[in-house]
Amino acid sequence: MNIHADLIACHECDLLHQIVALDSGSQANCIRCGAKLYKEIRNSLDRTLSLTVTGLILFLLANFYPLLTFEMQGRSQQNNLISGVLEFFSSGFWGLGILVFLVSIIFPLIYLLGMAYVLVPLRMGHKPWKMISVFKVVDYLRPWAMIEVYMLGIIVAIVKLSDFATITPGIALFSFAGLFVVIAAANASLDPRIVWRSVDIDGEY
Amino acid sequence: MTTARENSLVGCHHCNLIVAVGPDDIGLAPKIMCPRCSSVLHQRKPNSIARSWALLIAAVILYIPANTIPIMTVTSFGEGSPDTIMSGVIHLLEADQIPIAALVFFASIVVPIFKIVMISMILISVQFKSGWRAKDRTLIYRLTEVVGRWSMIDIFMISILVGLVKLGNIATIEVGFGAVAFAAVVVLTMFSATYFDPRLIWDHAQSNELMED
Ligand SMILES: [Zn+2]
Repeated sequence: MNIHADLIACHECDLLHQIVALDSGSQANCIRCGAKLYKEIRNSLDRTLSLTVTGLILFLLANFYPLLTFEMQGRSQQNNLISGVLEFFSSGFWGLGILVFLVSIIFPLIYLLGMAYVLVPLRMGHKPWKMISVFKVVDYLRPWAMIEVYMLGIIVAIVKLSDFATITPGIALFSFAGLFVVIAAANASLDPRIVWRSVDIDGEY
Repeated sequence: MTTARENSLVGCHHCNLIVAVGPDDIGLAPKIMCPRCSSVLHQRKPNSIARSWALLIAAVILYIPANTIPIMTVTSFGEGSPDTIMSGVIHLLEADQIPIAALVFFASIVVPIFKIVMISMILISVQFKSGWRAKDRTLIYRLTEVVGRWSMIDIFMISILVGLVKLGNIATIEVGFGAVAFAAVVVLTMFSATYFDPRLIWDHAQSNELMED
């Protein structure tokens, strides 16, 4: 099979472009439709890797500590990140429970673990087993790991309750807010080409 | 300026590698795989228009229960007050939480309608082989892909509330079926946007449009 390592096609309009070397921090866009083609990011591997490890630590804190404490009429109640999911299950809303569980806990976890699985060995100069399959999963899950949307959902919930109850944030809330920043930064600092470049294509490349 | 397809090339969806294929290679069995990442190569996403339509129509149907059936009911001292998507926004306005009300209005009301109308418009324009304002249609498509997930805010809010407010007869919150329909609308429109192939917009763009840019 014949490949052209010097070309890239815009994924939104199919226009062919010659790949050129960029200064770090600059981005190549499609000249016809303006879509992003690729970006040169300084220290992409190291930066993304440290953000991923930070993200995993914050993920653990966010899941094992209390998220919010709710006080009303002298009685109080605490919740964790998973509480809502369990409540959906116990009231028979299986579909909603599974959906929220996946997009707020499972997909962000797979995303972080998958990134670490690919980037740690690459940093040490070798390729992990099934690297490409894992990286494709990570890439596919990106829009479905909804940490930042969930963060806004928490804020809306706090505002709704603050009218008639006292809400105290827990450690998990701050960890979750940190996770939101870290995942956004990891997305922005990852140059997927560092993964693809590590793959040889049968001597033709 | 030429496209990959016009040169009998195809760009891999996942790793962007450009692979030379014969003009008739794509769509014929056996499938051609990317030599770098083993994804199946397609000139255009298969059946994308039919799939986008199917998911979008399902979303339009569910949009009605999503907005008319309560998404949750707050029960306090024996008195239940059901909330729909819209009444939730109104309650936030009444409580003078203007920025939060605006956020929820945007994410839960504006974004779903915007997505349904814009994806329909793009699909129809592609089916009529229109070359009209291809760049603007691509921009709108990109926007629908980016904003789609933000509609989940209301679902996550309910998830926090039902897990937190469990004080027996003082206050409890129950989920309503409107929330199920609403979550389905968000997921279906997200998949509808993902299945659509924006390169179809440009396949019919006239060559004079190419000259303008
Ligand atoms: Zn383009």
